Amino acid sequence: MKARTRAAAILLTPFFVLFTAVMVVPIGYAVWLSLFTEKQSGLGFGGTETVFTGLDNYTAALGDRAFREGFGVLLGYCLLYIPLLLVGALGLALLLDSALARARRFFQLALFLPHAVPGIIAALIWVYLYTPQLSPVVQAMEAGGIGFDFFSPEGALPSVVNIALWEWLGYNMVIFYAALQAIDRSVLEAATVDGAGAWRIAFSIKVPLVKASLAMVGLFTVIGSLQLFTEPLILNKGTGSAVTSTWTPNMYAYTAAFDRNDYGLAAAASVLLALTAALLSFAVTRLTGRKGKRA
Amino acid sequence: MSKPRTANPWLSKAAVNGALVLAVVYMLFPLVWLLTAATKDAGGLLAGNAFSFDGFDLGGNLSRLAEYNDGIYFHWYANSLLYAGFGALACSLVSVAAGYAFHVYDFRGKEQLFGVVLLGVLVPTTALALPMYLLASEVGVVNTYWAVLIPVLVNPFGVYLSRVFCAGYIPDEALEAARIDGAGELRVFWSIGLRMVMPGFVTVFLFQFTAIWNNFFLPLVMLSDQKLYPLSLGLYAWNSNAHAEPDFYPLVVTGSLLAVVPLVVAFVSLQRHWKAGLTAGSVK
Repeated sequence: MKARTRAAAILLTPFFVLFTAVMVVPIGYAVWLSLFTEKQSGLGFGGTETVFTGLDNYTAALGDRAFREGFGVLLGYCLLYIPLLLVGALGLALLLDSALARARRFFQLALFLPHAVPGIIAALIWVYLYTPQLSPVVQAMEAGGIGFDFFSPEGALPSVVNIALWEWLGYNMVIFYAALQAIDRSVLEAATVDGAGAWRIAFSIKVPLVKASLAMVGLFTVIGSLQLFTEPLILNKGTGSAVTSTWTPNMYAYTAAFDRNDYGLAAAASVLLALTAALLSFAVTRLTGRKGKRA
Repeated sequence: MSKPRTANPWLSKAAVNGALVLAVVYMLFPLVWLLTAATKDAGGLLAGNAFSFDGFDLGGNLSRLAEYNDGIYFHWYANSLLYAGFGALACSLVSVAAGYAFHVYDFRGKEQLFGVVLLGVLVPTTALALPMYLLASEVGVVNTYWAVLIPVLVNPFGVYLSRVFCAGYIPDEALEAARIDGAGELRVFWSIGLRMVMPGFVTVFLFQFTAIWNNFFLPLVMLSDQKLYPLSLGLYAWNSNAHAEPDFYPLVVTGSLLAVVPLVVAFVSLQRHWKAGLTAGSVK
């Protein structure tokens, strides 16, 4: 038995050493940093010194309108993006799972393919497709009488949501489809024998049976959404878009650290963001009522 | 309660498949645009007509890509292959070793420890990039290969997946038989367990490779030397130049196309594996 315990320790050690180094320690370090501020020392000649300032960085971040507005943007983003993603992905999965769908392998692959495109490249492609001079889409929309400026203040949120949907719709569709395929077929046959139509089977039987997948995708999407950074960053750079450099809390932390060199403030912003993620994870897990399950 | 089914079955079939085709068009047209745009010179690109092959100059774009700044693009390409290839390989080994230990062995506090792994899945990693950067500068590895390689070796979800795969692929009898033959525990893992869970290993590798290949925030924070950039960061830098110098547009577009190719090939040829990964995740 001792040999087994030793083997378990040896096999687990690499992961937990790395886990500690790149997750636990940085979390602790971020909290530590957030309690200090760099100040000009003495006469201003001696460079800077680091002073313990307690929760000052937190009050500074929360007191900054740009930071609070970032959370407002995230809220709007989540309210628009998450329902569209869940309904779209589940809808496509139900279509693919219905007896009427053809070429299932092809559809699955084609819908999944955008996941192979790095987020930065997806954002670049879509920004080109949003640019009136370059874009066949904008030109086609204008020809059809729809003028929409993707870079306007009203266009900012839909522009980013569209890029995110493009990246994640197919990925999550495959997850839902896998869950649908795992449903015991005899349950569905019984419902058909009882006279239930395709719609009724989809909404009264299939959807309730994949609730766990919905909850999981919802949870991961919330956590991913809070970290929104790459796509708005590309929109921010040189497109004249209404997306500002502090549009999301993550962008705020990045500019605080690298444009303003205010690490304390950046750390406080990161900690607040991580806390929000923790609270939301807890809320989503509670709301969807899942017990702590294991493999 | 159910209404009599009066709908024409042919019509329903057309509606279902039509909706799926529409979704596929939405997914694929940006990629088709990328393909046609990569064949154009700067003038052709700015002139519109995106979905045509007017001003076809793919060869010119490729040679400019190879020549610009002493071929830095292919240097980035090699870096991306190194980060993603080595990183994913090491990460998969670390993850499968841990997942295997969670599946095979019983020890005190096992499920609590696994709970810590599951909590790790929920950590918003970009919030860690900044403190990681400051830590890395204290240790003196900022702006080196290690700064980008070490953080990507950890993937709690990979450990979770590995445990699920080990439960599915490794029958206890196989391990018992090896033990009776006198193999030590690590030997059993290396030559029996790892081999049997190989399809799961490939799945974890594929997802981690993709994650590293697509990683942008971490290299953005960690690296300042262009020679160390992965593709994502290099293309971002070029794109920032393009607003002032339109000659960069064809470089960015052609470079993006080539950067997408390896993953598209991987996903098309390894369909079984990414489906297995998403299935294992979905029945959690």
